[in-house]
Amino acid sequence: MVFDLTEEQRMIQDTAREFARKEVLPKAAELDENSRFPEELIRQMAELGFMGIAVPEEYGGAGMDNVCYAIAMEEISRACASTAVIMSVNNSLACDPILKFGSEEIRREYLVPMASGKKLGCFGLTEPGAGSDAGSQKTTAVRDGDSYVVNGTKNFITNAPQADTCILFAMTDKAKAHKGITAFVVDMKWKGVSLGKHEKKMGIRASATSSIVFEDVRVPAKNRLGSDGDGFKVAMSTLDGGRIGIAAQAVGIARASFEDALAYSKDRKQFGQAICEFQAIQWMLADIATEIDAARLLTWRAAWMKDRKMRHSKESSMAKLYASETAMRSAVKGVQIHGGYGYISEYPAERHFRDAKITEIYEGTSEIQRLVIAAALLKG
Amino acid sequence: MDFRLTDVQLQVEEMVRSLSRKEFAPRAAQVDDEGRYPAENHRRLAELGLLGMLFPASFGGAEAGPVSYAIALREVAGGCASTGVGMAVTNMTGEAIFRFGTDAQRRRYLPMLSAGNGAGAFALTEPGAGSDAGGLSTSAREEGDGYVLDGSKAFITNGANACVTIVMAVTRKSPRTISAFLVEPGIPGFSIGKSEHKMGIRGSDTVSLSFEECRVPKSSMLGAPGEGLKIALSALDGGRIGIASQAIGIARSALSTATEYARDRRQFGQAIGEFQAIQWKLADAATELDAGQMLVFRAAFLKEKNLPYSKEASMAKLFATEAGNRVCHTALQVLGGYGYVREYPVERHLRDIRVTTIYEGTSEIQRLVISRALCG
Repeated sequence: MVFDLTEEQRMIQDTAREFARKEVLPKAAELDENSRFPEELIRQMAELGFMGIAVPEEYGGAGMDNVCYAIAMEEISRACASTAVIMSVNNSLACDPILKFGSEEIRREYLVPMASGKKLGCFGLTEPGAGSDAGSQKTTAVRDGDSYVVNGTKNFITNAPQADTCILFAMTDKAKAHKGITAFVVDMKWKGVSLGKHEKKMGIRASATSSIVFEDVRVPAKNRLGSDGDGFKVAMSTLDGGRIGIAAQAVGIARASFEDALAYSKDRKQFGQAICEFQAIQWMLADIATEIDAARLLTWRAAWMKDRKMRHSKESSMAKLYASETAMRSAVKGVQIHGGYGYISEYPAERHFRDAKITEIYEGTSEIQRLVIAAALLKG
Repeated sequence: MDFRLTDVQLQVEEMVRSLSRKEFAPRAAQVDDEGRYPAENHRRLAELGLLGMLFPASFGGAEAGPVSYAIALREVAGGCASTGVGMAVTNMTGEAIFRFGTDAQRRRYLPMLSAGNGAGAFALTEPGAGSDAGGLSTSAREEGDGYVLDGSKAFITNGANACVTIVMAVTRKSPRTISAFLVEPGIPGFSIGKSEHKMGIRGSDTVSLSFEECRVPKSSMLGAPGEGLKIALSALDGGRIGIASQAIGIARSALSTATEYARDRRQFGQAIGEFQAIQWKLADAATELDAGQMLVFRAAFLKEKNLPYSKEASMAKLFATEAGNRVCHTALQVLGGYGYVREYPVERHLRDIRVTTIYEGTSEIQRLVISRALCG
């Protein structure tokens, strides 16, 4: 049991923290206010290797481990949760499945540009009728010679408007239900791919979320990830990793709420003393700080297990469940400690609150995480 | 970052788990029922080197380190929480004597403690000094070549079975100075008072101590004059890792019973574990326990590396004991009526774990420690 960071982990923590403080944090309020995609930050993050942290260098990535990924995610999220989710989707949901399931040719063609941050990825699993029940896909892919013809609609797709590449899930054999799903790598510029409704959201407003419509899109068979019917497995395994990213994002948002509230409580005077002198406030701070540390350790444990190629579904779900709910509790308390100032957008507390909420929903709701954990426990 | 246990830590885990399951768990209900101090368990702990885990072999210890200690305590408490707290306080006493004692004191007491020739006890709390530990009133008056102790101590774990008790007393009123003394049983003026009837950890020996014109030699002082509170607080930092581990151990046992029950118990035509109402409880409980365990290991790791760990030990204790209480409560609910009857161990787990948010610093004191570290 060693809780020290490695040299490399410490290095990326310093780099990410510095970058987040200098470049990201000053822009966060404006990005949120204007729902503006932070193109310039994504370019800078690409230069730092943040768009493919755990992808080997030969495929355009930074060649670091998943603990490094979680560390960097936390730091970026501390400054701007929107910027962080753009990064998380590219790393976990777009690069990782190609690295794990793609052929050498597909890795060269799609992974290299995404991991190096020249191109951006998205992940097309959710549909209007398939949210938590991801197996009930309506999008179809019908084999036709050397390619598949895809039809259907994906919604709530993070990064969709800016994405060059989509990891797409479609039904190739309806009769087999979730075992009839297949995963593909799709170029967003191909004929028949178009953007649908652009969502206005409560939080993470600088990250763009749209639906994508596929109309008779021809996907070459070589762009398939794994075999026919492997799609559900690809999706679940990808999400096991993605949940580490979102857990780290949640830890970062929780820290943002906490650190801002702590600073405020030291400055704000009422009844003749700084409000952090009151036990009512001290209790909130002590509880949040403790929960954040616990959440981070659960997140790092899951990332460490992924690095060692251990099964980590349960641990990823625990990290995501606990960290996201901690982010929400921390945000609620953060606003409360600020009082009226917490409710107005002059202070970032209300943004943290709005940003925190999504972490309990995307990449598997808290309810789905509990299903995963309970199933693992009851299996014994 | 490496979440693996070392080979030695894994061996400790396996050995103590097997001891606890085979010997402590089967006796735990009876120990609880009779409110009986399990002296036989204490002897077994001594035989396996589990009473001197935090000092070196030259004094009869095992010097296993804080992480192995946390693992061992968790496993013991999972079988019998009363045995666990006795072990925790004995180890804490030994560690304080090793850290602050003279060579003569170490040579006299450490082999005794590790051999199980009596337990160790730590007498800080008084009827009027609980969370406000500095407000104690037991006095030690310097007289001739010794000190004379007067006053009383309350809620002292292992008090009636101790071969040595660390007693904190006021050695000077102005400026107020507190010093620590090593007191042996049976000396004139030292008497052991009533045994408390408790809600849980009923096999643990909890007594009041009273000192009336009790003379101790100067050589019985632990550390320097005036170092008493420092010694007490430093011992408690380590002690909190122990109690946090105790809570994890108790709660794990409760959760494991509840999980098994949820798999077997059928209602409405299916195992109750098939219902999301039950799955949610189990998932939350397991997640919180894992989080608590990580915090405990982190604090123990920092201690092992001689890094500051006071805030982290408080976080571990606060989180693990509060979560542990929730988990035991949940586990009892999963068992329904069976959770409430003594045929199953869960009601005992709930009674046992209740004290963990109270002793060795209440949750409120842990929050004070943490917020002071945060607010500076």
